[in-house]
Amino acid sequence: MDLTLSPADEAFRAEARTWLAAHVPQTPLRSLETEEGFAAHRVWEAELAADRWSVVSWPEVYGGRGAGIVRWLVFEEEYYAAGAPGRVGQNGINLLAPTLFDHGTEEQRARILPSMATGEVVWAQAWSEPEAGSDLASLTSRAVRTNGGWLLSGQKTWSSRAAFADRAFGLFRSEPDTPRPHQGLTYLMFDLRAPGVTVRPIGRLDGRPAFAEVFLDEVFVPDEDVIGEPGGGWRVAMSTAGNERGLTLRSPGRFLAASDRLVALWRGRADPSDTALRDRVADAVIGARAYQLFTYAHASRFLDGATMGPESSLNKVFWSEYDIALHETALDLLGPDGESADTDWSEGYVFSLAGPIYAGTNEIQRDIIAERLLGLPKGRR
Amino acid sequence: MRFLLDAEQRAFADSLDAMLTAADTPSVVRDWSRGDHGGGRALWSRIAKAGVFALAVPEAYEGMGPRPVELAVGFIELGRHAVPGPLVETVAAAALLAELADPLPAGRLLPSLASGEASATLALDGAYALDGDAATTRLALAADGLRLAPGHGPVRASLDPARHLTPLSPGGELLSTAPPVAHALGWARLATAAQALGVGLALLDRTVAYVKQRTQFGVPVGSFQAVKHRLADAKIALEFARPLLFGAALTMAPADVAAAKVTACEAAYVTARTALQLHGAIGYTAEYDLSLWLAKARALRTAWGTPAECRAEVLSGGDRRW
Repeated sequence: MDLTLSPADEAFRAEARTWLAAHVPQTPLRSLETEEGFAAHRVWEAELAADRWSVVSWPEVYGGRGAGIVRWLVFEEEYYAAGAPGRVGQNGINLLAPTLFDHGTEEQRARILPSMATGEVVWAQAWSEPEAGSDLASLTSRAVRTNGGWLLSGQKTWSSRAAFADRAFGLFRSEPDTPRPHQGLTYLMFDLRAPGVTVRPIGRLDGRPAFAEVFLDEVFVPDEDVIGEPGGGWRVAMSTAGNERGLTLRSPGRFLAASDRLVALWRGRADPSDTALRDRVADAVIGARAYQLFTYAHASRFLDGATMGPESSLNKVFWSEYDIALHETALDLLGPDGESADTDWSEGYVFSLAGPIYAGTNEIQRDIIAERLLGLPKGRR
Repeated sequence: MRFLLDAEQRAFADSLDAMLTAADTPSVVRDWSRGDHGGGRALWSRIAKAGVFALAVPEAYEGMGPRPVELAVGFIELGRHAVPGPLVETVAAAALLAELADPLPAGRLLPSLASGEASATLALDGAYALDGDAATTRLALAADGLRLAPGHGPVRASLDPARHLTPLSPGGELLSTAPPVAHALGWARLATAAQALGVGLALLDRTVAYVKQRTQFGVPVGSFQAVKHRLADAKIALEFARPLLFGAALTMAPADVAAAKVTACEAAYVTARTALQLHGAIGYTAEYDLSLWLAKARALRTAWGTPAECRAEVLSGGDRRW
């Protein structure tokens, strides 16, 4: 058992640190939940990609560096420690790309991944529907066979980034009369600007259009945009869900950097006699370290050949609740200034509030932990 | 970077677990609580033979240490089985003696701690020493340095009946005028964190088993979502305390050890509250074995550093080192 990096991994860290120091924008970009901010973040993605830093874990042929999981974690630590911008491409990079690596065709990977890596095509996730959230398998949007492809109809909602994104991926019911709701679903990619698509931005709590409703009216999708087998979409989707809850969506580097910023804020602002606030700052530091080390342990298991299982639910509940506590502490440290909507802390706070809701609500995650990790019987919800 | 226990470390845990399971530890705990130390001493000797105390003693003094990772592995098992006695205190005493400027006290006292012939307790300035009535070596940190206490005062009961709180008698041989207290505190906190994690794991296991077989309204209570979610939260708390413990064992940095201590103890305490609630009234009785772990979770929470002291330590060191 050890925590030391190999000399080669340390060299990778140094290379990343040097590059980031020279390239991270001096002035923070506007929120990526605004039109200008979204555009500015695309430019940043292209800059990252130009030197192959946008997708370090991918194979080199698609624009990555073939870095293993340890180097990916190291890169993320350096990335956020350098104060680099949030990743506008994360839905595609963290959710669709792993799905394509596991279930896509070589043609799909070659066609889709390079433009995802550069930020030229930004992807949105289109899973939820008005009547299908936690009960995702109850979705009703349809994919109907047509010549050379499929016609998509129905409504998706809460689609993150869809207000400004280019393309989306989601599940559609292709066989309406299957005995079980998880059957007869097909995983498809579609163009958010195709004929028949209407995107209506939805303001989140602070009014920014962080997500959108997507209405589909006989939108044509060619066969080559089906991932996996038609009708076998549930299994494909669940592998994506595991990634989402697992370590890729919230890397420890992000929380380590945020807890550093919190400690700096506390040292500059705090009333030393306020031990309750001091304890919360300490808990933020401890939580970031716990998450980092938990992830290292997971990474070590992956290197031994393990795959992401129900353990990802432990992760998801932890980081989503940690993220809120961290930001609440920062806002309390700021006092009345914490109300200001234009700070990194307030932006992070609003974003964090969604954490226990998306990627499978924390109630669903706790059910998974109880039933699949602790072996408790299924029963009344 | 391979942040996982290796096969040998896992085998060490498994063999301790098997030995402590076979030893009917709950009855040893109950005897110890009544002041009958015979069974506890016999168990102590077997734990020492398995090498647990030697892990805190350097090889120069007939130990196998210092090996904090393996010590943490061992103490998780001691906690899982609610083993009584001055376990942490013996480790802290060994760490303290091993680092004294004068090697003579270490040469005299450490080999018997490593072999299990002796056990030790340790009191910081005027505080109670745990199980001074049972420990064979009583160390007192007084204003003028580290003394070998000649005896102990009246025994006071703890919230955990298996822990006896004993003031140490003043005077005795002066072993050192400048003992490395911070070093000993680090080992004490690490061992306490590991013991607490083990206590929490045992409480979770027992409660999961209980809610599967206890029925109400015609179904196992473990099928109710309110019950499941409390147990899921306990599981999350314990699983995120574990890497902090092993991370601290690798670095032994005071802030890392303090973080592990507060997190493991809070996780164990949250789990204890959950375990009590989900067992209902049977959990509230002394005769049911669950009480052995419930009481210990509360006592360990403030032993060797309160939550507030540990959190202050986390922030005291300046910038993070990782």
